[in-house]
Amino acid sequence: MSLMSEVGQKAFNLGVPIAVHMDVTYRCNERCVHCYLDHDDHGEMTTAEIKEVLDQLAEAGVFFLTFSGGEVFLRRDFFEIVEHARRLMFNVKIKTNAVMIHEKEARRIRALGVDTIQISVYSHRPEVHDAITKLPHSFERTIKAIRFLREQGLRVTIANVLMTVNSSDHSGVQELAAELGVQYTLDPTITPMMDGDTSVLSLRIPGEELPEIFHNPALVGSQEEFCAPPKPPSEEDLEGYSCSAGHSFCYISPYGDVFPCVQFPLPTGNIRQRKFLDIWNFSPEMKEVRSIQAKDLTVCSSCSHVTSCTRCPGLAYVEGSMRGPSTADCEKSFYRTGVPTENMLRQGLSKPRAISGTTAPLIQIRPIAVPA
Amino acid sequence: MPENCIYIARSSAIAARALAGEMMVMNSADSTFFTLNEVATAIFQAADGRTPLRDIVRDQVCEQFDVDPDEAHADAEQFVAELSSHGILLVSSQPLSSEAP
Repeated sequence: MSLMSEVGQKAFNLGVPIAVHMDVTYRCNERCVHCYLDHDDHGEMTTAEIKEVLDQLAEAGVFFLTFSGGEVFLRRDFFEIVEHARRLMFNVKIKTNAVMIHEKEARRIRALGVDTIQISVYSHRPEVHDAITKLPHSFERTIKAIRFLREQGLRVTIANVLMTVNSSDHSGVQELAAELGVQYTLDPTITPMMDGDTSVLSLRIPGEELPEIFHNPALVGSQEEFCAPPKPPSEEDLEGYSCSAGHSFCYISPYGDVFPCVQFPLPTGNIRQRKFLDIWNFSPEMKEVRSIQAKDLTVCSSCSHVTSCTRCPGLAYVEGSMRGPSTADCEKSFYRTGVPTENMLRQGLSKPRAISGTTAPLIQIRPIAVPA
Repeated sequence: MPENCIYIARSSAIAARALAGEMMVMNSADSTFFTLNEVATAIFQAADGRTPLRDIVRDQVCEQFDVDPDEAHADAEQFVAELSSHGILLVSSQPLSSEAP
């Protein structure tokens, strides 16, 4: 186990929120076709409020802090926020589309000691990227920004969200990442919009196309390991937990709402009303999330994939129960290994039902009403 | 002031946080990641650039951990040299200002 994993496990065991993802705005200068956010400002936290939250997070033991959005640089105070975070000695990562980063901003990011900048690139073909972001010349601006950041010696990761409209471009984006000297990460997850609109799910890569991705060593590393049939779970496995959501990780929205994860829209409290540690330690919702062991899962506890599945409790919650299966992950487990999941077997399916259109329920992260 | 007086300050490039009494330290420049034990954490936290290392060892290590001063000082110099080689600590024979990002 690496030192980093050991520390992560220690934080998990102690219930310390070692990592937090904070969206500082939902506003954006791009209008990506797959985006799940409502880009209107419904009352973002002020600079002072965010600084106060950062103080509380430092006190709570948070070490890894990811700033995301929306587009973070649409906040005029963003550098002031990062500066405050770095003064509190957080390890800071930034997720951005980078179109507002020029040489000056790259230098400032470097001077602030930001760890990594993750940038969305959808295609190596400008016309495809721009068609997805709906911002003319965004590809050109984003790539130029990556070069500025690299000139400063900063670590950059290209995040390549795969969907139907760019599904054949991952190798081109990988080559582009190599040419730019940056890391590459791929994500085939598309989630419903905040207002419950599920039309974006039609952009999800059809399950039948997942094997091609899962069996590509350039994307998954060792294919034998990645696609290995599941091992029978031990008793210890069944005592285990799903993921770090609510255990050592959580998400904070621009409105101060705290959730177990960015993909787990279960409101647990608002830091305009309660201290962060009060929510983290005593929210009944947080406690419920962290009480769930593999043996408590209604369907998955008897599934052969239970130890190797990427089951997301947040997506399961969106489907109706945080103890139930996440169909998208059932689909991935099946297409990764060829072994049917318990969820499929109970429904008498030999292959997963297509997940698209209007099948997802209308629950997504949205602001919690805060009394004036 | 002793001739071999050295001052230590934390670099502005690092991230750090205590977890159950041990300090996690990461240098964003090269992603090196350390955890410091309690004694090393005490020295790291006192690295304000103004207090000589000898005084830090005397006040933060010898007093609190009941160790031999000479041995503690030798261990501290070795620890400081290692963290300095990774850009975590700045070392000087003159007082330093702890770098703010």
